[in-house]
Amino acid sequence: MKTKALLFASAFVAVAASLPAMAQQTATSPTLDAIKARGFLQCGANGNVAGFGLPNAQGVWAGLDVDVCRAVAAAIFGDATKVRYTALTAQQRFTALQSGEVDLLVRNTTWTLSRDTSLGLEFTGVNFYDGQGFMVKKSLNVKSAKELNGATICVQPGTTTELNLADYFRANNIRFTPVVIEREEENVAAYLAGRCDAYTTDISGLASVRASRTPVPADHVILPEVISKEPLGPSVRHGDARWGDIVRWVHYAMLEAEESGITSANVDSLMTSTNPNTQRVLGVTGGMGAMLGLDNKWAYNIIKQVGNYAESFERNITPLGIERGVNNLWTKGGLMYSPPIR
Amino acid sequence: MAGQSAGSGGRNDDNAMRFSLSDPTFRAIFWQVVVVGIVGFCGWWLISNTLTNLATRGFTTGWAFLSREAGFAIGETMIEYGPQDTYGRAVLVGILNTLRVAVIGIVLATILGTLIGIGRLSKNVLVAGVCSTYVEFIRNLPLLVQLFFWWAMFQDSLPGPRQAIEALPGVFLSNRGVKIPVPADHWIHAWMGVAFLAAIVASYFMARWARVRQAATGEQFPVLLATIGLLAGGPLVVWLIGGAPVTMDWPVLRGFNFQGGLTMTPEFAALLVGLVTYTAGFIAEIVRAGILAVPNGQTEAASALGLRRGPMLQLVILPQALRVIIPPMTSQFLNLTKNSSLAVAIGYPDLVSIVNTTLNQTGQAIEGIAMIMAAYLTVSLSISVLMNWYNKRIAFKER
Repeated sequence: MKTKALLFASAFVAVAASLPAMAQQTATSPTLDAIKARGFLQCGANGNVAGFGLPNAQGVWAGLDVDVCRAVAAAIFGDATKVRYTALTAQQRFTALQSGEVDLLVRNTTWTLSRDTSLGLEFTGVNFYDGQGFMVKKSLNVKSAKELNGATICVQPGTTTELNLADYFRANNIRFTPVVIEREEENVAAYLAGRCDAYTTDISGLASVRASRTPVPADHVILPEVISKEPLGPSVRHGDARWGDIVRWVHYAMLEAEESGITSANVDSLMTSTNPNTQRVLGVTGGMGAMLGLDNKWAYNIIKQVGNYAESFERNITPLGIERGVNNLWTKGGLMYSPPIR
Repeated sequence: MAGQSAGSGGRNDDNAMRFSLSDPTFRAIFWQVVVVGIVGFCGWWLISNTLTNLATRGFTTGWAFLSREAGFAIGETMIEYGPQDTYGRAVLVGILNTLRVAVIGIVLATILGTLIGIGRLSKNVLVAGVCSTYVEFIRNLPLLVQLFFWWAMFQDSLPGPRQAIEALPGVFLSNRGVKIPVPADHWIHAWMGVAFLAAIVASYFMARWARVRQAATGEQFPVLLATIGLLAGGPLVVWLIGGAPVTMDWPVLRGFNFQGGLTMTPEFAALLVGLVTYTAGFIAEIVRAGILAVPNGQTEAASALGLRRGPMLQLVILPQALRVIIPPMTSQFLNLTKNSSLAVAIGYPDLVSIVNTTLNQTGQAIEGIAMIMAAYLTVSLSISVLMNWYNKRIAFKER
């Protein structure tokens, strides 16, 4: 009888000792190891914004943000389809990333100081420079956001948008009533039904809603004021810097490819290029992939399967009627700039 | 303890507990210690693991954020609130908004549910049929679906503010909500409130006096009429003394929307109507069951004593029915309060909605969820305590 009790106690101690050990982290990139073991990348995306993240009728996801997920999968597995998506609302996204439900969050998320620090996130770059604006019905005859005094405005909760909105009206000493609905569809529905006079989000989001959700896009105008800076980018959890490196350089590889004129169409023929930079990017020389803990053909796979940044932009964003603008390469007067891959 | 173990074995009559699992006393203690140990260990492990993970991932913890500026606006508030106020105040706004919909909802659901419950027992086939259909229909649809239905109804079927329907003079219906005129602010309103409170106290003492007098002399006093007179008359007299101010705050269409007057937003209306109609379906069944639980003989006995219909209901039927009705009614009140958290789906700024925003802006999910739980626990336990006290008061007293 005593042995039975002893056995029980020792099993108890063994479990107790092993549990904290399980919670500890190793020195390499545990996120990458977990993804490889799992066989696919778990990506948190927006399921509702055409151009950024939206599954089509066949359930195939597409968008500028989705292309980041696909590019990361191409870099890890050499296969851009090895991604599973989690559609997240603005309020769910950070918890999903923090808790490890997703490996990577690419959901038109604004990079801010407080998110970078107190939320425990690490933003790896900016894949779209955006700014907040307002959309109103043309019939209201409003020409400027400053004329919105007393207006009711639909906004998504838990966003920088919500804070900018309050700031803007305070700064201009005008009043508004917010209508705050968590899911984006209901928010847009409320605006379209006339519950709100204006709908506010990033300009790209407004263009997306206008192009894909309004019955007659010409009945809605996006006001000229851009009231905030919204640098949107992918983010990962704090504490796994090597994983952050991979996501960061996947984005830069797409920019570098555009700058060097490498596209999904000509990437195969450029494998024999004598340009040293192209050779390094495509993994012919330099061993850049190995430094990231990836295959040396990581960038080749990205460009071949997803394309360079310009291709991704033209496929996803241009149909919304949005110009490259500040999202052009630095060589063409924009802000997109990749540090050298060497 | 000794008595228990003594019977277990022939030789074991020395009152000592053997340290063996075959000894019932030891076994009982052993397993209890093990269970408590496992539960305690799991709790400790969860908490320490959470704290370690929070620390390694560089999260901020603690309650300091409550005094930081919130920065977001809230659509409807019962107290003064602006984006420059703190997160703590924003949460308070949320709690008050939740309480507002819960309190009004409980009162209306009780009234509607009682009417429908009585209606289902009606001898009129049409009334009984309508009430049964209502109960079966409402009870069997998910509440969230009903909320979306009401929300869409208010939003899509009503015109914009510039084409608002003027239902009564000064009362406007639009997809921005119902606007009603209210008396403009006046200092006399505070004193009218005081008069109303005084009238409540006076009514209580009047009722006591009437009871004592009836017991002594048998004479009845019209307590109900006198109470109504006191409650309405007191504030009215004060209002007249104050010069009878009649200025009203009328809603006026200015710019995008109506200014002035009192607003009931479509979100609040949808949530209230949804919660009231849904909960009333359940309350109706409870009321019906309570009335059916009083044996018919009680009614016959009461009429044999010569009681009229009113006193019969008040003195014989209702006290017995209430004993059956109150306990399940408590859980319906609790359900209504808790279901009000579905407000987040249709944009009513209740506690959950505001705390969600707060925890999303500050990243302090654990503190936020803890606040939600503490608030709902406090409200729910208060309702329980109140209802249990009432239940004890009306419980059958055996003498």
